[in-house]
Amino acid sequence: VARPVRSWPAFLVLFVALALEIVPLPDSMQAFRPPFVVLALIYWIMMWPQRIGLGWAFLLGIALDIMHGQLLGQNAITLTIVAYLTLNFHLQIRIFPLWQLTMTVLALLSADVLIRSLIDGITGTAQAGFGPWIRVLVGTLLWPILMAILDQVRMGAETRPSDFD
Amino acid sequence: MALTTVESEPGRFRSSSPGLRLVLLCILSIVLMVLDQRNQLLVDVRKALAVGLYPMQAMVSAPFSAGRELSDSFTARSTLVAENTQLRQRELLQNSRLQRMAALEAENARLRALLESTVKIDANIVIAEIVSVDMNPFRNMIVINKGSRDDAFVGQPLIDADGIVGQITRDRVFSSEAMLVTDADHAIPVEIARNRLRSIAFGTGELDRLSLPFLPVNADVREGDLLISSGLGGTFPPGYPVGRVRKSQRTTGQQFLDIDAEPAAALNRIREVLLIAPEELILPEPAEAAATEYSSASETVVDTLNATETESTTATTEDL
Repeated sequence: VARPVRSWPAFLVLFVALALEIVPLPDSMQAFRPPFVVLALIYWIMMWPQRIGLGWAFLLGIALDIMHGQLLGQNAITLTIVAYLTLNFHLQIRIFPLWQLTMTVLALLSADVLIRSLIDGITGTAQAGFGPWIRVLVGTLLWPILMAILDQVRMGAETRPSDFD
Repeated sequence: MALTTVESEPGRFRSSSPGLRLVLLCILSIVLMVLDQRNQLLVDVRKALAVGLYPMQAMVSAPFSAGRELSDSFTARSTLVAENTQLRQRELLQNSRLQRMAALEAENARLRALLESTVKIDANIVIAEIVSVDMNPFRNMIVINKGSRDDAFVGQPLIDADGIVGQITRDRVFSSEAMLVTDADHAIPVEIARNRLRSIAFGTGELDRLSLPFLPVNADVREGDLLISSGLGGTFPPGYPVGRVRKSQRTTGQQFLDIDAEPAAALNRIREVLLIAPEELILPEPAEAAATEYSSASETVVDTLNATETESTTATTEDL
C-alpha cells in the first residue's frame, strides 16, 4: 500500500533511546538499565524495514561507542548484525503472537551480548559476571510495554493526515 | 522533512542487497576496531565524533545540573548561615596549619636543593565538574567538563578533597573521559604511609574496593594503614592519599596477602574534581628555576654540579 508516511517519529524514538542510554542512574540501578537502543532498533526494522536499515544501525552503534567510551566499531558491528537478523526475518516475526515475539527479542538481545563478549574476549577487556545478561532479561521483560507504546507512535504516524509536514 | 512513500523511498544503499550491506558494514566496523585498538590513528576521528555528540550529552545532563542549582538556590537561610560558620571555622583551622606548611615547604625545598633533586610539590590545579551522563555500565568511568580546549591531557591525574580519583583516558574537545582508580583496568603505584612499603593498588570494578594482590605474607600491613601515591610510573604525583587498608588477611597456602582497601576519594558522591597539572610540565627548565629560587642555600651545590657536568662533557668530547 503506497501511503504517505512520515518517518521522523522513528528517528525521534531512536534519538530518545540513545539519550536514555546515558541518562544518569543511581549506582545500584546501573546494571538494570535496559538496552534501549537495541530494542528500539529491532522494533523499527521489523515495522519499517524500508526506512530504518543497516546503515542506521551502524551509525547508532558508532554513537554508542563514542558515548560509552568503548572500542570504536564494537557496538556498530553488533547492532548491524542484530539489525540484519531482524531484517531477514521481519516478515515472519511481525505476525508472531506477542509471547513468541518476546522470545525472538530475547534471542536477538542474547546475540547482541554474545557478539559483544566475543569482541571483549579478543581485545582482552572481558569482564566476568552476569551483568550483561541482567540487561538482556530486563530488556525482554520490557519489550511488551515498549511495543505497545511504539505501536501507538507508529500508527499515529501512518494514519494522521500529513498536510502540514 | 519531505514526504516519502514506502515503495519509492530513495536511499543510498537501497539498490544493493541487505546481505552485501551487512558484509560491507561489518568489514568497516572491523577495520575501525583494529585501527582503534592497535594505534592512535583514530584519536582525531573520535574527537570529532565526540564533539558532534556533545550537544546530546549536554541536553541529557542539563536537567540534572539545573535541578542541583535549583535545590542550591532554595536552601534555607539558616542552613546557609550554619554552613558558613562551619566553613569559617574550618578555614581558620586550615590557615593555622598552612602557616606551618609554608615553613615546612621552604625547608623541604632547601633540603631537596641540597640533594640536587628538583621535584616540586606545588602543582597547578584546575577545577572540573562531572557531567551527569553515564558511561558503559560495566566500567568505572566518568565524563568531566574540561577537554583539550582547557589544556586537559591524557594521563592527567584527578583528585578530590580526600584523595586521588583517577586519570583522564581520552580527551574530547569540550569534555574528557576519565577512568576511576576502582576500574578493573586501572592500577596505581602506592606506598604505605607508615613504613613506605611499596606496592600497586588495582581497581576491582566495585566503587568501594581496591585490591593489593602482590604483597608477600610477611609484609607489614595493618588494617587502617593509609596508602599514598608513590609517584613511581610518573602519572600520579607522590604523596596524595589513595585509600585505607580495610582488610589484610592471610590465607593458608597462599604466597600473597589478601588485602582490600577503601578508596580515599568519595567516588560515588563527587560532583567536582581537581585536575593536577604538574609544574614540571609547565616550566621548561625546572632546574634553573629551582636554582634561582633557592640560590642562597644551594649556590655552592649548583656550582659544584655545573662544574662536574662541564668536566664530564669535556671528557666525553675528548673521548670522541
